[in-house]
Amino acid sequence: MQLFVSDGAPGNLPVLAAAGRAGARGKLLISTVGPEERVVPFLTRPKLPVLKLDSDRYLFSTSAICRYFFLLSGWEQDDLTNQWLEWETTELQPALSVALYNLVVQGKKGEDVLSPVRRALIHIDHSLSRRSCPFLVGDSESLADIVLWGALYPLLQDPTYLPDELAALQTWFRTLSVQEPCQQAVESVLKKQGILAFRSYLQKQPQPSVPLERPVSNEPEEDELPAHTLSEEEIVIAVTIWEQGLEALPTLRPRQNPVLPVAGERNVLITSALPYVNNVPHLGNIIGCVLSADVFARYSRLRQWNTLYLCGTDEYGTATETKAMEEGLTPQQICDKYHTIHASIYRWFNISFDFFGRTTTPLQTKITQDIFQRLLSRGFLLKDTVEQLRCERCARFLADRFVEGICPFCGYEEARGDQCDKCGKLINAIELKKPQCKICRESPVVKSSQHLFLDLPKLEKRLEEWLGRTLASSDWTPNARFITRSWLRDGLKPRCITRDLKWGTPVPLEGFQDKVFYVWFDATIGYLSITANYTDQWERWWKNPDQVELYQFMAKDNVPFHSVVFPCSALGAEDNYTLVSHLIATEYLNYEDGKFSKSRGVGVFGDMAQNTGIPSDIWRFYLLYVRPEGQDSSFSWTDLMLKNNSELLNNLGNFINRAGMFVCKFFGGCVPKMTLTPDDQRLLAHITLELHQYHQLLEKVRIRDALRCILTISRHGNQYIQVNEPWKRIKGNEADRLRAGTVTGVAVNMAALLSIMLQPYMPTVSTTIQTQLQLPPAACAVLPTNFPCFLPAGHQIGIVSPLFQKLENDQIESLKKRFGGGQLEDSLELKAKVSKAEAPTEIANPEQIKLLTDAVTKQGNIVRELKAQKADKAQVTAEVAKLLELKQQLALAEGKPLEASKGKKKK
Amino acid sequence: MAAAEELTLLEKLLGLRRGNKYSAQGDRQIPVLQTNNGPSLTGLATIAAHLVKQANKEHLLGSTAEEKAVVQQWLEYRVTRIDGHSSKEDIRTMLKDLNSYLEDKVYLTGNNFTLADILLYYGLHRFIVDLTFQEKEKYLNVSRWFSHIQHYPGIRQHLSNVVFIKNRLYTNTH
Repeated sequence: MQLFVSDGAPGNLPVLAAAGRAGARGKLLISTVGPEERVVPFLTRPKLPVLKLDSDRYLFSTSAICRYFFLLSGWEQDDLTNQWLEWETTELQPALSVALYNLVVQGKKGEDVLSPVRRALIHIDHSLSRRSCPFLVGDSESLADIVLWGALYPLLQDPTYLPDELAALQTWFRTLSVQEPCQQAVESVLKKQGILAFRSYLQKQPQPSVPLERPVSNEPEEDELPAHTLSEEEIVIAVTIWEQGLEALPTLRPRQNPVLPVAGERNVLITSALPYVNNVPHLGNIIGCVLSADVFARYSRLRQWNTLYLCGTDEYGTATETKAMEEGLTPQQICDKYHTIHASIYRWFNISFDFFGRTTTPLQTKITQDIFQRLLSRGFLLKDTVEQLRCERCARFLADRFVEGICPFCGYEEARGDQCDKCGKLINAIELKKPQCKICRESPVVKSSQHLFLDLPKLEKRLEEWLGRTLASSDWTPNARFITRSWLRDGLKPRCITRDLKWGTPVPLEGFQDKVFYVWFDATIGYLSITANYTDQWERWWKNPDQVELYQFMAKDNVPFHSVVFPCSALGAEDNYTLVSHLIATEYLNYEDGKFSKSRGVGVFGDMAQNTGIPSDIWRFYLLYVRPEGQDSSFSWTDLMLKNNSELLNNLGNFINRAGMFVCKFFGGCVPKMTLTPDDQRLLAHITLELHQYHQLLEKVRIRDALRCILTISRHGNQYIQVNEPWKRIKGNEADRLRAGTVTGVAVNMAALLSIMLQPYMPTVSTTIQTQLQLPPAACAVLPTNFPCFLPAGHQIGIVSPLFQKLENDQIESLKKRFGGGQLEDSLELKAKVSKAEAPTEIANPEQIKLLTDAVTKQGNIVRELKAQKADKAQVTAEVAKLLELKQQLALAEGKPLEASKGKKKK
Repeated sequence: MAAAEELTLLEKLLGLRRGNKYSAQGDRQIPVLQTNNGPSLTGLATIAAHLVKQANKEHLLGSTAEEKAVVQQWLEYRVTRIDGHSSKEDIRTMLKDLNSYLEDKVYLTGNNFTLADILLYYGLHRFIVDLTFQEKEKYLNVSRWFSHIQHYPGIRQHLSNVVFIKNRLYTNTH
């Protein structure tokens, strides 16, 4: 039989110990495979270790493998053993995997590690001491002992996690650990590396969550009332804070302009990845960078942390030059045009930048050249020669996308310099047959060109030291850690930092005057120059690592530039730069289970969202609700409608509206007197717990999870109103009316709390609620850690009206069609091969776009109907032609050239 | 279906006299069996195996070492994967995996009917009931196995009979 293991998989321990104990070691052929290898053909998710039997059956459960070894020796299992094994898989494992993940992957210590497993450890300890047996099932060790020991060993080998008060557990664990089969298993699994032996394996596992596996799709687990039982003390504290009212609020710090770090305060510098200027961002770009960073920036300000949030457009590079040529403009004109588009999209999404800059500024040149000079004088740059195509007529080296020629593989005549559109193979531009300059059609020649390289291998050690210090105590997302580690594991190579281009930051060196810096070298320096354009004291943020905490937000494809390349430049420049403290990377957002595609017109892009009639806060809510946190997620129109109608309309909106309406209708708009019963006090304590949870999650930048806390509180609120029925009690006797008053008062205060918690997610809705409730300005700008009474008895509220609108099925269906994802007549459109659009002059105004959009929809319906009726072919063709014409006009008006050729990838 | 109810169905199927008392423990309502002689037993798979032995039908736990381990593996699958809080995505993965596993098998262990078939049938019933015909066809092997098990004498009892269509309706789904 063959045992498949992966280095550092915790399951190896019990399996090897059991094999040793049952004398099966000699019969095993052990093969080591990668952690993500799917050994068992029928399991979607990789599972290791796995035992493949001679009959070709697979045992993929760790305890079943151990059990099998014992059965081979003729040892049957009794009920008690079965019970321990079942407990181990259903109770111990889920808790243990959280603890191990916290310890090994996140580098946490103490309570963060112990608290998820404490209950399970106590359970074992009590069972052992109650039965006063040395082993779990009696006087001699059994399968149960081996399986549990193997599961617990990674954690308990560190005596910190085996507290003295669990004496029986301690004795049991030590007795087993010295037995020979166990010792041998430890030696071969841990390889003298201790807990670190498990790191690389666990890093590749999805993050486990308490209490059981968390579902991974867009459907979150609906938590009922928390299982946490409230202590008397928690209730007393909640009530005390409530009674303090607004006095409990921390004092507001005035916002400075410009915002600069202040000694002794928490100074938070937030950046979101600089969007590349030549494209309109789609929803995936928006959630990955600016929107996520915005939620955190708003939260950070609500916590009264000294916060600066910056972003800007990344404007240099070949792609801009290409785009400029396509549209018949200069690169500068392209940048100006698209910078404005970007800025207006983010304004519409209510992104709260302190400054939104750009990379094509004199300060960018100054700072980039300074870092370059420092690297040069410290010997961190290398020169080397690269072979490239050069067009003599245009007097320039040609970037891959400026060359066309015959594909060396399939003979296709219009192959591009980097890839052939026909056979799809990757091409090295100098291999093209009969290459042509795309601009002047002249044949380019192969010339060698000198380039500069950043000597990353020389900086590797410094980088590792810095990462070692930084990663242990920070909130880098697991994917960012993983990507960075894999770059380091593969070894760093020198990277070319110059390009034969015109549109870029010039290289200030003899012999390199006609070259510019490669975008990835200077784009990350954009953060610094954008800050410098915001304040001349930018160095107080960027050369101040002791006082500044830097949070950088991006999608995962951008991680290496922020975690390896820029830190290396900065470390090599030796100028005390502020390096990233927390790198927050998202996974990808898909569109209706496919990819967003600019060229195929599939998906929703920033500028189109505005024309859907759906308010930006709803977009924000839904994108944050499905934020690809931990794994890819999908944007789905139907789901958007569902979440709007269920979570926003029926849950959150309903609660806040009812609370306000009761105050208006029953109490003339004045918050009534509240006399708290024990039930109300417990509710306050529950809400306080949920608020704590919200804070904890947002401090760790778990944006999507924290949003659930808001919805949970409003769910409690709806339940509270439903149970207490203030609308009935208000018509009852004196005591009933008093009760109606208390319930209404508590509910409207919950609404006030929700309005502040909602601020990072839905700023407009938050302001609307606060205006409706007339929440004092001091309370609007700060989110306390506990729940005080914001609106005391006698407070006059304003006019209350509904917050959300229902989204209807028809509306969503028509949007779905408009943005692709439906079948539509896409295929026809592709066949028709619309010629590439001419350079559009200006973006048309929204009305014009709307008119055209409507016309396209209408014409689309005509075509569909004709097809459904199986109308005359000539007639259909005529109508389709009209439709295509309209679509082309629309695309032009929206400022996007229609690309009709099939299979053309790239952004 | 609550665990206690499921265990009562199992008792009936095994031909045991009723007389066992069950309670439920914790948030996840884990079944506990109060036995007359000795301590209580906790956990669905544990109690089910105990009942099988009580009824002297040990063959349902497998006859060879290999079969015994396989039965226990699927019982574990039942209490961890099928009973775990499942998102739609998880359920799809689970059905996909089972479908691929059952491709060349009549029963979960291969050729013998065991406790694993019984508990997976009970555990999956709530998901299979909700499948569309198209999905049933997509998980063809699961459907074949499920349809077979539900006709096994005495197993279905009051549970609804799930209808499968013998002719294929959706030719393009594969």
